[in-house]
Amino acid sequence: MIEIKNINKSFAGNHVLKDVSATINKGEKVVVIGPSGSGKSTFLRCMNLLEIPDSGSIIFEGKDITDKTSDINTVRQKMGMVFQHFNLFPHLTVLENITLAPIKLNLQPKKQADENAITLLKRIGLVDKKDEYPNMLSGGQQQRIAIVRSLAMKPEIMLFDEPTSALDPEMIGEVLRLMKDLAEEGMTMVVVTHEMGFAKSVANRILFMDEGQILEENNPSDFFSNPANERAKEFLSKILYDI
Amino acid sequence: MLRQSPLCFDKEETVTMEQFIYSFNKTFIVENRYKLFLTGIKNTITIALFATLIGIAIGLIVAIIRYSAKKNRKLFIFDFLCKIYVTIIRGTPVVVQLLIMYYTIFVNMDNTVFIAIMTFGINSGAYVAEIARAGIESVDKGQLEAGLSLGLNRSKTMFFIILPQAVKNILPALGNEFIALLKETSVAGFVPIIDLTNAGNIVRSRTYEPFFSLYTVALCYLIMVLGLGAVQKRLERRFSQGDRN
Repeated sequence: MIEIKNINKSFAGNHVLKDVSATINKGEKVVVIGPSGSGKSTFLRCMNLLEIPDSGSIIFEGKDITDKTSDINTVRQKMGMVFQHFNLFPHLTVLENITLAPIKLNLQPKKQADENAITLLKRIGLVDKKDEYPNMLSGGQQQRIAIVRSLAMKPEIMLFDEPTSALDPEMIGEVLRLMKDLAEEGMTMVVVTHEMGFAKSVANRILFMDEGQILEENNPSDFFSNPANERAKEFLSKILYDI
Repeated sequence: MLRQSPLCFDKEETVTMEQFIYSFNKTFIVENRYKLFLTGIKNTITIALFATLIGIAIGLIVAIIRYSAKKNRKLFIFDFLCKIYVTIIRGTPVVVQLLIMYYTIFVNMDNTVFIAIMTFGINSGAYVAEIARAGIESVDKGQLEAGLSLGLNRSKTMFFIILPQAVKNILPALGNEFIALLKETSVAGFVPIIDLTNAGNIVRSRTYEPFFSLYTVALCYLIMVLGLGAVQKRLERRFSQGDRN
């Protein structure tokens, strides 16, 4: 479904992605893990061109989206993205947050967009919050609404950029459960996260990144029990600690 | 013109009610002078109102161009022009700008109120541009990314997501700018316009009595500024819906 070929990205001389290639197939759940600054967020953000790679190509549904002639806005409509800091629109109500893009892009008339949004809100049990503003909600609620906002565009693939890193510990579960539900419904997902439990139980494949490269690509059971890469071993030993 | 103590009548020390009424009569009633004040108020409000609208329009356009030019190098020539505009306008007094407009640019135009509107509008635009630019930059970058990630293009994201938040952030500064603009229009009388200040001047030069004319002018400005302040407060309340209370 999405094929990343030899992408490179530098920020002011700092080489963040070094010739990274990966393929994500339809229906797959790929979890990207790695230490901070390893380039995993940049890698994810390149997929919908929030960061434009300096070189290399990204093939989405058979088309190179890094090509100047491709319309990135249409491509992004099919790629949902969930951010660490939710990025809900504070000046709009929950319902308006969800319906803004479908309405302004003329994909749905207002009435239909509203109905669709209410269905989605019911699903996450927040339909009673539809007329509230995001700042009145908890972090977990905001992130679930952000996920639903992406879903309202009926994306082919969902990208998650550390969706639980900014949450209070007791909010993490509700967000991960929603993501797991999505996974079980067959959504194609790429998730950058530090939640190893989620990676173990949901991922089809783990990408381990460090210093701008994918150092190991493995299925979760092998990766967590017996990582091949030395750096991955070290990383896992540090995060899966017993005190 | 002669400067004299506010209400002086032939060396008399105390002001009697009679004299007070006489002076009032002279300032407002004789020759229907109150109409002059009304014309002044009307012109001042017209100039300030339309200049504000032009100022907002120019300011937002300039701010958006300058913001967009950071990402899109093709716009650099527009960015450069905007920079020149802001520099020139902020670097010269508005009275000089008004005189330049009147004597060199709109030479054959009789509608001086229009000239004043253009001058003050263009002038205000430069200040609004700087305020708006700061406002746009104050909106979290994640908002732009969220808009883009939903498939909205840059201008839709700007219009529906960034600008409403930017406007909310800059309302207090904008309010100040428009209060300043309203009061700045008092120099409009440098060209033949009967604005509020000039109306007062004309009356005073007829009556030789500064008291009523000047205090009336001052009071009128004060009331207009208070009105603007009330509008500002209302807008701020309206835009702060999404705030934590």
